[in-house]
Amino acid sequence: MDTLLNNLDVFVDGFTLTLQVFLWSALFALILGTIVGAMRVSPVAPMRWVGTGYVNLVRNTPLTLLMFFFAFGYPKLDLPNVSYTTLAIFALGLYTATYVAETLRAGINTVPLGQAEAARAIGLTFGQSMSHILMPQAFRAVIPPMMSVFIALLKNTTVAAGFSVAEAGYIRASLSERGEPAIVVLLWVALFFILLVAVLSFVQRMLENRLKVLR
Amino acid sequence: MSRHAFCPKLGSMEPTDSSPATSNITVRRGEPLVVVKDINKHYGELHVLKNINAVVNRGEVVVVIGPSGSGKSTLCRAINRLETIDDGVITIDGVKLPEEGRALATLRADVGMVFQAFNLFAHKTVLDNVTLGPIKVRGLSKADAEKKAMALLERVGVANQAKKMPGQLSGGQQQRVAIARALAMEPKLILLDEPTSALDPEMINEVLEVMVDLANEGMTMIVVTHEMGFARKAADRVIFMAEGEIVEETSPEEFFTNPQSARAQDFLSKILDH
Ligand SMILES: Nc1ncnc2c1ncn2[C@@H]1O[C@H](COP(=O)(O)OP(=O)(O)O)[C@@H](O)[C@H]1O
Ligand SMILES: [Mg+2]
Repeated sequence: MDTLLNNLDVFVDGFTLTLQVFLWSALFALILGTIVGAMRVSPVAPMRWVGTGYVNLVRNTPLTLLMFFFAFGYPKLDLPNVSYTTLAIFALGLYTATYVAETLRAGINTVPLGQAEAARAIGLTFGQSMSHILMPQAFRAVIPPMMSVFIALLKNTTVAAGFSVAEAGYIRASLSERGEPAIVVLLWVALFFILLVAVLSFVQRMLENRLKVLR
Repeated sequence: MSRHAFCPKLGSMEPTDSSPATSNITVRRGEPLVVVKDINKHYGELHVLKNINAVVNRGEVVVVIGPSGSGKSTLCRAINRLETIDDGVITIDGVKLPEEGRALATLRADVGMVFQAFNLFAHKTVLDNVTLGPIKVRGLSKADAEKKAMALLERVGVANQAKKMPGQLSGGQQQRVAIARALAMEPKLILLDEPTSALDPEMINEVLEVMVDLANEGMTMIVVTHEMGFARKAADRVIFMAEGEIVEETSPEEFFTNPQSARAQDFLSKILDH
C-alpha cells in the first residue's frame, strides 16, 4: 500500500495518460474501422480492394513494429513535429481499426439480407443504407466482440511505454528509479488495468441491454 | 382521393400543378406505366425469365400467379432492379431502369415494394420505419414526415403501435406497417410479393383489406399472390406464369373459371384442392 500511496502522483499521471491515449485511439479506430468495414462490403470493387489491402497489411504487422515505424520513421519525414503520444495514438488507432473493421464486417453479415433490400427499395443510397440500417444493426450484433477489441486496445496502450510515452506501462520504470520493488508496482498496475477492464465490461452489458434488437 | 377529379367543384378549386399525385392517376389512367420488353434472366444454367413481355397501365391492378419457382419474385425484383436482367428493357413511366447509383435510388423511391417477410427495419420503431424514407430520400422535415406517417398508420389500422419496435407486432400488423412505409414515399406503383404468404391464416384478411382499399383508390399494383378472393375483388388482370414464361394473361373471372392452358388448369386444380 505504501508503494501506491507514496507514489500516487506517478500512478495518477500514468493512468491519466493511459486513459487519454486509450480514448483518442479508440475514437480514431472506431471511425476509421467503420469506414474500412463499409469499404469491405462496398459494391465498388476498388473500394473493397483498398479495404482488404489495408486490413491485411496492418493487421498482420506486429504492433511493436508499427510503433517503431511511427516513433522512428515519422520524425525522419519532413513533416510537422508531433509528440510521441500523438504518434502512439495514431499507431494504436490504425492498428485497432483493422480489428474494428473485421468485427463490423462479421456483424454486417449477421443482418438479414431483407433489411438491405428494404432499405434500397425505399430509395436509400448505398451510403444511407449503410449508415441508417446496416451499421446500427451490425454494431448491436457485435457488442461483445467489439468490447474485446477495445479491451485489447486498452492493454496495448502499454506498448507505448517502450517509446517514451509515460503512461501506465511506464510507471514501473520511473518507480524503479525511486527504488520501489518492481513486483509490487507491477501488481498495482495490473490491478488498475483489471479495474478499467471491469468498467468496460460494465459498459458492454449496459449497451447490450439498451440496444437489443428483437427479431 | 381520386374521386376529386370527378368533382368539378373541388377540381376547379385546385390549381392543376399543385393537385395531389393521386388525382393524376385518374387523369392519366390507362397510360402504360411499367413496360417490360423481351427480358431474360439466368441464374447460371437456370433460365428463370424467358422473354417476358408485359405492360402495366397506370391505375391498374395486376395479379401475378403461378407455381413456386416460376419466376414471379424474380420478375417483381427485376422491376425495381433488386435483380439485374441479362437482356431486354424495363421502363417505368417512360424511363429506362438506370444502372446502379443515385439515379437508381431515385427510381426505387418511386416504386414501393412489400416483401413476403415484411423486412421492417428491426432497430427502428414503427413510426421511424415509415418516416425514414420521406426524411432521407424526399427531404421532408421530421415533423411533416411524422404527421404523414401517423395518417398512414391510421389508415392501415396500426396507429396505436407507432412507438413499438417491429418485433413486438404480429405478422399482420408488421405487414400493414410495411405497406404504410411503401405508401409514405408516394410511389407511382407498388410491388407486393406474396404479402400474405408468411401470415397466420387469421391475419391474412386484415392485410388483404388494406390492399383492396389501395386498389380502389387507384394505386397501380403488381401483386404476386394466390389469394383468389383478392384477385377477383380487386384485380383488373391476372398474369399466369410457369417455368419462367407468361402462359396466360386474362381477366380474373376468365382465369379462374375458364383457364385456357393445361398448365393453368393443372395449377388451379392444385390450389383449389385446399
Ligand atoms: N439468388 C438465386 N440464385 C439462384 N437461383 C435462384 C435465385 N433466386 C431464385 N432462384 C431460382 O429461380 C427460380 C425462380 O425463382 P422465383 O422468382 O423466386 O420464383 P417464384 O417467386 O415464382 O417462386 C427458382 O427456380 C429459384 O430456385
Ligand atoms: Mg416468390
